[in-house]
Amino acid sequence: MNDTSATRPGRLTNLVPALLLALLVGIMTSAGPAHAQSAAAEGQQLAFDIGKGNCLSCHVIKGGDLPGTIGPELKDIKSKFPDRNELVAILNDETKRNPRTVMPPFGRNRILTEPEINAIVDFLQTL
Amino acid sequence: MNLRPAIRLASAAFGLATLLSAALPAGAADSVDPAADAKAFQNYFTTKFPKLKPADFVNGPYSLNEDMHRQWVEKEEFPPYEFSLEMGKEMFAKPFRNGKSYADCFDNGGIGVRQNYPYFDEREGKVITLELALNRCREANGEAPLSYVKDEMAALTAYMAFTSRGKPFDIKVPNDPRALAAFENGKEYFYTRRGQLNFSCASCHVQNPGERIRAETLAPALGILNAMPIYRSAWGGMGTISRRFTSCNSQIRGVPLEPQSDEYRDLEYYLSYVSNGLPISGPGARP
Repeated sequence: MNDTSATRPGRLTNLVPALLLALLVGIMTSAGPAHAQSAAAEGQQLAFDIGKGNCLSCHVIKGGDLPGTIGPELKDIKSKFPDRNELVAILNDETKRNPRTVMPPFGRNRILTEPEINAIVDFLQTL
Repeated sequence: MNLRPAIRLASAAFGLATLLSAALPAGAADSVDPAADAKAFQNYFTTKFPKLKPADFVNGPYSLNEDMHRQWVEKEEFPPYEFSLEMGKEMFAKPFRNGKSYADCFDNGGIGVRQNYPYFDEREGKVITLELALNRCREANGEAPLSYVKDEMAALTAYMAFTSRGKPFDIKVPNDPRALAAFENGKEYFYTRRGQLNFSCASCHVQNPGERIRAETLAPALGILNAMPIYRSAWGGMGTISRRFTSCNSQIRGVPLEPQSDEYRDLEYYLSYVSNGLPISGPGARP
């Protein structure tokens, strides 16, 4: 006797309203002023992704585990860099400003796309 | 007596000499000074880590702080390279099918000679590494060459390093323009940025030794080859110098060269030379 199969249809019918609700919440948050917040969340994901920004390799970032020690801690970013274009420039190619930096030129070497860099900058500005 | 023509001649000669010395750049080979490079290289690291003696650097990241040093002492009680070392010893003793053996290919029967590799072969005009010499020995005796990166090659070099432990690296750059060029090429490779991540060898191992990339402590370039081959937990096994070079190139999202290509041989030549005087410590173990 397999009682999981017996309960399965019941579970599915319970799931439908929950899914609808999730969808509705999704639509509401992607429109309106919550947009910046979701871009920052996407930016955080990109920043922590080993195959993308992988920023934790070198920087301490709030919310990230096992950070490296090569770069400075990423905090109080808005007060340090009031102009977001400066952050975009650093991510694009920091060797332009500091030829000896070991920070990869994320934009120039196409490690990240322009929208990805912008999303990461959105995230950095929340730190 | 009229001195004027003599003075004129002398000043003309002087002017010409000045002009020539200014116009002709010093020959590239003249400016290669391996001994001065090695001195500056070692001085950089001993100044950066004033508590360490030069010989401490051969234990890589394990020499950089007390916690890591304790880990190293504990690891050395049951070293993870022991299995490979045993295998290397057996391989080294076993004759080839023609009755000869590795011992016939090396000075002193291959025992206690690791510190002399790589060397510059003046007949061939190229750098000969230990890994290359081992495969050439096999081929000269009718055996197939081994993979350069792990297992058997690591085992053989582990045994040869083990019999040379404590002997200072004694790499020679003869006064031959080709040897000087090989040294200079290796140096250039070491300091040139490459790969999508735009790192040179020096970005990590000169600029940032002792710093961490995530949880991994970067090893100082000084003494890095003295410990080869190594058992790396990250590799889950043994690796040779060839494996170290190719995997570094992959990690920076570059395209690794063929093991034992001219560039890697020159790189090994440079990097070994600048660690001259530091003892062989291989085989080693690293996180």
